[in-house]
Amino acid sequence: MQNDIVISTRVRLARNLAEFPFPCKLNDKGKNLVTEKVENAIKNSNSALCNNFKFLDLEKMSEMQRLSLVEHHIVSPEFISNTKGRVLMITNDNKISIMVNEEDHLRIQVINKGFDLEETYSLADNVDTLLDENLKFAFNKKLGYLTQCPTNLGTGMRASVMLHLPALQKSKAIGRIAGNLSKLGLTIRGIYGEGSEPKGAMYQLSNQVTLGISEKSALENLKNITEQLVNQEVITRDRLFKSIEAKDTVFRSMGILKYAKSISHDEAMKLLSNVRLGVVAGEIKDVNCETIDRLFTEIQPAGLMVKENKNLTPEERDIIRAELIQAVL
Amino acid sequence: MKCQKCGMREATTHIKTVKNGEYAQYELCSQCAKEMGYTNIFSDMENEFSNFLGSFFGNALPARTQATRCETCGSTYNEIAQSGQVGCADCYDTFWEQLMPSIRRMHGNTTHCGKTPHSLEYTKSEDTNVSNVKESAENINYQIDLLKRSLENAIKTQNFEKAAELRDKIKELEENKNAK
Repeated sequence: MQNDIVISTRVRLARNLAEFPFPCKLNDKGKNLVTEKVENAIKNSNSALCNNFKFLDLEKMSEMQRLSLVEHHIVSPEFISNTKGRVLMITNDNKISIMVNEEDHLRIQVINKGFDLEETYSLADNVDTLLDENLKFAFNKKLGYLTQCPTNLGTGMRASVMLHLPALQKSKAIGRIAGNLSKLGLTIRGIYGEGSEPKGAMYQLSNQVTLGISEKSALENLKNITEQLVNQEVITRDRLFKSIEAKDTVFRSMGILKYAKSISHDEAMKLLSNVRLGVVAGEIKDVNCETIDRLFTEIQPAGLMVKENKNLTPEERDIIRAELIQAVL
Repeated sequence: MKCQKCGMREATTHIKTVKNGEYAQYELCSQCAKEMGYTNIFSDMENEFSNFLGSFFGNALPARTQATRCETCGSTYNEIAQSGQVGCADCYDTFWEQLMPSIRRMHGNTTHCGKTPHSLEYTKSEDTNVSNVKESAENINYQIDLLKRSLENAIKTQNFEKAAELRDKIKELEENKNAK
């Protein structure tokens, strides 16, 4: 059940090179030097882990490709807001990535499917250790790893889980939960869209505090709270599915997704979320969660344009989106 | 600058986001930012709240002329407070006293515990201070751990020359540790 509600796990480590000012005070030449050092550190690490890295210069990518990276949660909007001197180093399976010259010189990121904080952290930790052999990271005994933004001081680690919480969203419990989480050093927010009801009921739960708490404790804390949230979601779902209304919504949503000729992003997100709920509840049997999760990212606007390899109007995208969904469902 | 949404209040939050396949930037007041779900200053993927954080610093310490500049990067404390961005690693030393209250408010704690880079461990282990003896024993353990991990990697990649070298280093460290 946990893996049906926790869609993915990610760990990100912020690191800076001791001999350079942070990116906000670094000129283009300096940024290029940082990139060169990181690239060499990867190449010289002599590790199987680092063998299949691609080095992507943000400036040489199209706007569509950059936007699509944000939609896939591989890079931040901040990273593409200015392309100068920014390079993405990423493995072929998109699992390990390093944003170079974003807010910090390095943002090491590992993404895994499902709920697996230990494994995800351990991989990020290994990459960090390997790079540490060839790079000198800015560090202070009291403040830990030094970062451009003081919110990341200490471990520089932000661990997070992506959660599908349609039942808690529907029952309006999220707002109350979010308020309590900040007291525990965690934060929850919507992934797609603005406002109190994020599109597709997709949420991201992550640790806030990075200084004075070890990686291990922060991960345990996040793990415990995730488990509690998942339990609450399960209980709320069980209650929801006692009524015919919930089942009706699931199958109506499937109907529209299967037969619509044009579908907007927002509508598709809402309907996919309903169908996913039905799949996990065992109501819909011929589709699995993995397929739905893939659709969630594939139907994003920039991603569609990258796939079609041309600029599309919103109306054109809606038609292609409907076709894409029907090819899968 | 006024908030782009309500047009009434002063904008304090700077948002960078991708919406409908397009990159967008907003300047919002804290109330509208909250309504749009952008309130968290500790955001994960997008650390777009630098200005908001700046106001966080600013509120803590009223703006004043701060003539001191960081010798390494030239930042002044006012610049840091306004942008929410620290200029370089040395800024933390230069503006230690001004930054600490804000850091304490953010994290509730100001002493790091967790991973340490290996370069620092090597220099520390040269200390012969009595108080550092226990710590250097820990350092040796940490170094051994690190070397063992590198050894595993070397074996995986079939780099046997490096593996042999690492094995000898580990042996040497372990003997040192036992001798202490």
